[in-house]
Amino acid sequence: MEHIELFFKSIFVDNMVFAYFLGMCSYLAVSKKVSTAVGLGAAVIFVLAITVPLNWLLDQYLLQEGALTWLGPEYADYDLSFLSFIMFIATIATMVQLVEIIVEKFSPSLYNSLGIFLPLIAVNCAILGGSLFMQSREIETLGLALNYGIGSGIGWFLAIVAIAAIREKIRYSNVPPALRGLGITFIITGLMAIGFMSFGGMLTGGEEEATEETEENTVGMVTTAIADEKDEATSLVIETTNVTDKIN
Amino acid sequence: MGLLSKKDSKLIMDPLADNNPITIQVLGICSALAITAQLKPSIVMAISVMFVMGVGNVVISLMRNIIPSKIRIIVQLVVVATLVIIVDQVLKAYAYSLSKELSVFIGLIITNCIIMGRFEAFALANGTWRSFLDGIGNALGYGVILIIVGFFRELLGSGTLFGFKVLGDSVEKTGLYAIGYENNGFMVLPPMALIVVGIIIWVQRSRNKELIED
Repeated sequence: MEHIELFFKSIFVDNMVFAYFLGMCSYLAVSKKVSTAVGLGAAVIFVLAITVPLNWLLDQYLLQEGALTWLGPEYADYDLSFLSFIMFIATIATMVQLVEIIVEKFSPSLYNSLGIFLPLIAVNCAILGGSLFMQSREIETLGLALNYGIGSGIGWFLAIVAIAAIREKIRYSNVPPALRGLGITFIITGLMAIGFMSFGGMLTGGEEEATEETEENTVGMVTTAIADEKDEATSLVIETTNVTDKIN
Repeated sequence: MGLLSKKDSKLIMDPLADNNPITIQVLGICSALAITAQLKPSIVMAISVMFVMGVGNVVISLMRNIIPSKIRIIVQLVVVATLVIIVDQVLKAYAYSLSKELSVFIGLIITNCIIMGRFEAFALANGTWRSFLDGIGNALGYGVILIIVGFFRELLGSGTLFGFKVLGDSVEKTGLYAIGYENNGFMVLPPMALIVVGIIIWVQRSRNKELIED
């Protein structure tokens, strides 16, 4: 359950592009055609799925405060977390290079479709962002880290394919000249981001809010009910006094 | 400018307008938009990027003849990452709450495309002083957009600037709020950053027709 939740959360709710604007540079530059967008998106999923778990291991066993205890008790109070930027980016750059070599060797056809995008990916903010978010959200297990990597990769993939499809069609529309190209892409992305915000209540976050709301509602109803009773009581008193007045 | 030759001052002035890194070159948008809901983090981000770009361009330009071209990306990344760690540690020491607010986005300066783009396009081929000016100029162009977006989002979204209530108090209904003005809560949400940048692009390109794409 935890896995499914994190998976959908990282695709829709915390979408890399629409919620955090990560990887916008390549998102805007490589989204003119659907086929190239699919290639880059696939490469991003691939690299995120490798680098996030790897950086999780680094973070867990090297960088965090007390992570070095496995070396011996005297290393327990070392805190190397200030090195995390440089470690993460080095891992990413190396892995991208390595993946490029391996893919070229074993699957030339995949290399031809991904090849030109792989070097670009080393400096894609979405990749480093995935690792940094993994660190700051304190994801607990290796499996969850892998899950998070794949999920956010798929989210990025969806975003770039969607915008590429829209940009292919928008060529036939009559956009104001000054907005053509970059400007309209920004505005469409903004509108898509508004659309994606509606996924916000889909998972646990929504449930928590819902329970709070119902609590508030019940509290509100109780207070109004009490107020009503009071009103009734006072009106009863008034009526009885009226009756007693009449009798007198 | 007396201090700078005409060619040098062009390096600083160009990125501010017609060759702006965000609106024309489409670089560095990644870390730019998420932190512009308020003016203060926008300015801190602009200053951090200026430091990293100025110093980074100088370092790369000094090393340009000894970096083997095959591993230059990794060398560049290491230089940027080191500078960003300095920025991060300084912020953590002197402005802790702000560094919490900027969270991962300070780290993401490393992969800010402007920085890598300027290293590749300028610092690897030019002298130290010119690279420094180029770095500062591009960081200024980036900062200007950040500050414009931050200004409008904070003013229209929460009615404040740097946290000061310039439009009056929305709870006690003073100032503009007395005549029925309401904050546009939508401006604070992430999608509006994109739309504000889109509008800036629109304004800029309708003033300068040469920039229009087909």
